[in-house]
Amino acid sequence: MTNHSNNPTIGGKTSMKTIREAINDALREEMRRDPTVIILGEEVSGGAGCDGEDDAYGGVFGVTKGLMPEFGRERVIDTPISEAAIIGAAAGAANNGLRPVAELMFFDFIGVSFDQIFNQAAKFRYMFGGKSKTPMVIRGTVGGGWRAGAQHSSMLHSIVTHVAGLKVVMPANAYDAKGLMVQAIRDDDPVIFLEHKVMYDIACEVPDEQYSIPFGEASFPRQGNDVTIVAISNMVTHAITVADILAEEGIGCDVIDPRTVSPLDHEAILESVEVTGRLVIIDEGNPRCGLATDIAGIVAEHGFYSLKAPILTVTAPHTPVPFAPELEDAYLPNAEKLMVAVREVLAAGRSGA
Amino acid sequence: MPYSTEFLLSAYRTMKTIREFEERCVKEFEGGNIPGFTHVSNGQEAIAVAACIDLSDKDIIGSTHRGHGHCIAKGCDVGGMMKEIMGRATGLCKGKGGSMHIADIDKGMLGANAIVGGGPPLVNGAALAAKTLGTKNVALSFNGDGSANQGTVFEAMNLAVVLKLPHVFVYENNGYAEGTAANYGVGSNSLTDRNAGFGMPAECVDGLDFFATYEVLKTATERARNGGGPTAIEAMCVRFDGHFIGDPQLYRGKDEIKNARKNQDCLKIFRERVIAEGWLKAAAMNAIDKEVMVEIETAVVDALAAPHPDPATDLMSDVYCSY
Repeated sequence: MTNHSNNPTIGGKTSMKTIREAINDALREEMRRDPTVIILGEEVSGGAGCDGEDDAYGGVFGVTKGLMPEFGRERVIDTPISEAAIIGAAAGAANNGLRPVAELMFFDFIGVSFDQIFNQAAKFRYMFGGKSKTPMVIRGTVGGGWRAGAQHSSMLHSIVTHVAGLKVVMPANAYDAKGLMVQAIRDDDPVIFLEHKVMYDIACEVPDEQYSIPFGEASFPRQGNDVTIVAISNMVTHAITVADILAEEGIGCDVIDPRTVSPLDHEAILESVEVTGRLVIIDEGNPRCGLATDIAGIVAEHGFYSLKAPILTVTAPHTPVPFAPELEDAYLPNAEKLMVAVREVLAAGRSGA
Repeated sequence: MPYSTEFLLSAYRTMKTIREFEERCVKEFEGGNIPGFTHVSNGQEAIAVAACIDLSDKDIIGSTHRGHGHCIAKGCDVGGMMKEIMGRATGLCKGKGGSMHIADIDKGMLGANAIVGGGPPLVNGAALAAKTLGTKNVALSFNGDGSANQGTVFEAMNLAVVLKLPHVFVYENNGYAEGTAANYGVGSNSLTDRNAGFGMPAECVDGLDFFATYEVLKTATERARNGGGPTAIEAMCVRFDGHFIGDPQLYRGKDEIKNARKNQDCLKIFRERVIAEGWLKAAAMNAIDKEVMVEIETAVVDALAAPHPDPATDLMSDVYCSY
């Protein structure tokens, strides 16, 4: 068993909140606390220039609903459909006294704005010799399961994790979503905050007060000594399912949710593997040059002598995300695929340390 | 006299400093003292100075890969710039930026930008911050006739109009996007007509004429500062050197550069004008010439003697505020 604890208990009142509500809470409270926090993006309010209702969307997933009526259009800015202009405006404003939260409705749209992210915002501080800071958040929805097809379903966290100068956050529950969003807004570096679109309605108890969760500290939704499962974002759900089934068989899974993939809590993973000697990584991204292979590489390099079996990865295949339900279901990693991998890694290799 | 002597001397000094800095960069590059790629702006000095002379350190500019002149016009330290271009630890950006990424946030210089069209979306952000915080500061982006064709610039112009941002878009039209003519690459043939189509005031000016350029930019900057939104100014100019130092410039016409240096030199035009008007004496400008030569010589000597970065400490620093 590793020494890391789960989420610390925060004193005070808690309420049952969905991830959507938790992020909305974090944004609202930070905007109340700090007048330099602004939101910009497509339909973050909705209805700009229209004859009908204001705040018609509150973001297409409703995450920013109600913020424009409270803070006004000067701070909750509906933009044209111009992702490069949105990200550029956020980055330039961040260098000049604001803390913008920019929304990419679907993170697939980094394609048309990536220069402003990786060549501009991410590199400012280094290129300018440490003189600048860029406290911006880019929120984007990721992941499949909505039958949204290849251009609205990608899991592109590995692309931004690759870029030095960016931090990458991927919450898997409402408690983490709120604390990590608060940290993201208060952080002085550019932060990519990736929200899985199938998870918005998943709820848990969330403290009413504001709190922040530091980046680079994993959480441990299940603990055990027999096999380590590293999972991120929606894959944590599958890891917990597998761990609970195996627990009934007396097999202990150490489920690690890194919560942020840049920075990544290497120590938590290596310490766990030191105990279990067996590692499965489940990741919704494509298999090549991805988070799963990255973590596998880290453990192979720094934890090789702890391993009792080959590391296994469960990922999407090397294809775009398909549209047809049968194909998308086959594409996505799930609990069944993870279970096969975990049983394989438990059966394989040397027994005993 | 419509301009103060102090203003005129300052304008001349800055233009001359840019000219000598750039000419010296060519020499130092050819002497092997400058690594990488360097793009100089000699010939285009009047626009940089006309755009920046009235701006404060709180006003923000975004520049291009041809940005030395903009830096100098915005008040960046010439010695720190030369060190930066030579990759020294005491350069403006600790040697991590180089010629194409010089920046000095303290001077309101948001960076040269080696991505053509990369700057205007960011300068919108500086303008948005000024508008949101109510500072009355303005933001100004330099663009070329090349970046004028980038989608990022179109997006930035549209958003600036939609949000009524205090952003002055300056297009230095030197006739060449690298080695391709503007009259080939700009499909509409008129940048200014196209700029006007975005719904902002747009004007074309002779960028070799410091005074004409200054007047249109002054109007544009005041409009932005007073809440009137963005303006686009196209300034026609001439690039004395290649796209980069070492560019053989086979695409340019015979004697084009020689003739430009003789007949289209904005510094000569400035001198002739102020002498003809009786605003400045040649002796005053000759004295500045001598001082500038000393300043540039000192910058080069100091830069050549400046320490190199230390990989043990400098490679990994300044990536994040915290990580």
